[in-house]
Amino acid sequence: MIRLQDITKVYAMGKRELTVLKGISMNVEQGELVAVMGPSGSGKTTMLNLVGCLDKPTSGSYCLEGREVSRLGSNELAYIRGQKIGFIFQTFNLLSRLTALANVELGMTYAGGVDRQRAIEALAKVGLSDRVNHRPIELSGGEQQRVAIARALVKNPSLFLADEPTGQLDSHSGEEVISILTSLHAEQGITVVMVTHDSNIAHHCQRIIHLKDGEVVAEESV
Amino acid sequence: MKKWFNFSATVWLGLSTHKLRSFLTVLGVVIGIASVITLMSVGKGATASILENIQSMGSDLVTISPGARTFGGIRGAGGGANTLTMEDAEAITEQVSYISSVAPTYSSNLQVVVGSENMNAQVTGVPPEYQDVQNLGIANGAFFTEYDYQRGTKVAVLGSNVKETLFGDADPIGQQMRMGSIIVRVTGILESKGGMMMGSDDAIYIPLTALQQTVAQPRTAQGERVVSSISLTVSEEEQADYVVEEITSLLRDRHRLGPGVDDDFNIMSMEEIASMLSEVTGTLTLLLGAIAAIALLVGGIGVMNIMLVSVLERTREIGIRKALGARERDIWMQFLAEAASLTFAGGIIGVVIGWVVSFFIDYSGLMTTVVTADVVILAVSVSIGIGLFFGFYPAWNASRLNPIEALRSE
Repeated sequence: MIRLQDITKVYAMGKRELTVLKGISMNVEQGELVAVMGPSGSGKTTMLNLVGCLDKPTSGSYCLEGREVSRLGSNELAYIRGQKIGFIFQTFNLLSRLTALANVELGMTYAGGVDRQRAIEALAKVGLSDRVNHRPIELSGGEQQRVAIARALVKNPSLFLADEPTGQLDSHSGEEVISILTSLHAEQGITVVMVTHDSNIAHHCQRIIHLKDGEVVAEESV
Repeated sequence: MKKWFNFSATVWLGLSTHKLRSFLTVLGVVIGIASVITLMSVGKGATASILENIQSMGSDLVTISPGARTFGGIRGAGGGANTLTMEDAEAITEQVSYISSVAPTYSSNLQVVVGSENMNAQVTGVPPEYQDVQNLGIANGAFFTEYDYQRGTKVAVLGSNVKETLFGDADPIGQQMRMGSIIVRVTGILESKGGMMMGSDDAIYIPLTALQQTVAQPRTAQGERVVSSISLTVSEEEQADYVVEEITSLLRDRHRLGPGVDDDFNIMSMEEIASMLSEVTGTLTLLLGAIAAIALLVGGIGVMNIMLVSVLERTREIGIRKALGARERDIWMQFLAEAASLTFAGGIIGVVIGWVVSFFIDYSGLMTTVVTADVVILAVSVSIGIGLFFGFYPAWNASRLNPIEALRSE
């Protein structure tokens, strides 16, 4: 499903150049649940952004579902994000002015149109049927992250990308969020790539990829 | 349809989050549009009241006045020369077609005395046709008749201001007044026209034949009797140009003016005056509009300023929307629509305020104001245009944000 071949990413920081990814190659198969681990600055998030079509690699090739996407224009990348990819962020990234329901509907706005019934069902799937009309500020961190999962889920993406989804949660809410993600993976066969540095959480996954200084240093199956 | 509803909801959300700020932002546009509406209505009102004035005198009216007197090649003020005569008027009556009536007049300044009231007034000797030609309405009494004219009866018809000055609230009909060396009896009072120009309100009209008994009408070298002006009405308005041409060549002929010599008379048709005046007031209206447009421009810059701040403030939101699949165009449209709806709303409010203000100006009797549909439509379209124009750059800025950096911002 995901095929990265010699991906590099260089950022220009003023006059200096900062090489964040130094030739990463890896594959993720359809329906896999993969964790990406590594210390800060190892390039995990940069890699996830590339996989999520939020950014383009400096060189190398990236095939998503058999299609080369590393050279597409910003509109085509936006289309792919809207249709295929569900993001889950460490800081949830909900719009504070919107209710849980409206935040979930926002997930459909750029992916073919809003369907309120489906949004309500998605919230039910993450156990928030009684929080539909609450705003983010009225929800706990775990609940907010579940709204974010519902927002990603509602457009039936083929790929979930989670960047430290439990990073700002206590261990109990973290476990809850992870169990939702793993059960979505199990029930709906959604491919999940999760960046984390919590090895307990990584061990819920099928495979762990270790990054260090912009390179893949190890892979282990759980 | 549903898509549009969602889009509008997105736009409304953006604006309603900062209600006070949105309101203050459009205030500039509101004031700008309100002043456009008000000032344009004042300008249009001036045009309308002048045109109405001209209508009241009859748009079929043509006035001939003497030309400038020339002193050794130096042209003096218009109307000074003794070039128009009774005989000219008679020739016009006989030889020019499409004319319904001709009224030569002769004016003279006379001391007018009623009891202890004493004023120096311009007394105009006219034939009875003058009433029709000038479209004069009678408020009280009657205009003098052809019979009075033939006999030289000493009667007078007063303009409303003159009546006020000489008689106050008393009934003047039948009263006598001294005018130069003759005593005349008042037979009628004219309706006030309230006009600002060539007003009949300040006039005293007596039969020309009666005036001749106290003032000697000068004669030209050819022995023709000099008149101050000749008024006439055109029977078919579309023939006005033809009539003016005919009279010009007739008078040039009668006055023996060779080719290359300037006319020694002026012919003004009301249509001509009307178009001249509406040109003047049109310029005035434009000028007022331009002043208001500056206010509008300042308002527009305010909108741009706030939209730039808003984009900066909502960088993260833009990042989220982009991560969810929003294309550059979607973001661009969202902010552009926000700016345009903001200024459109401001435009509507401005139109309402401007309309109310101009209504009260009119109502207070200070000035006539007219709000026309074209100005309203123009104002509203301009307000939307301002939103699109001044929202363009901020919206473009928003759409070009890098999603990763946008998501990372606080």
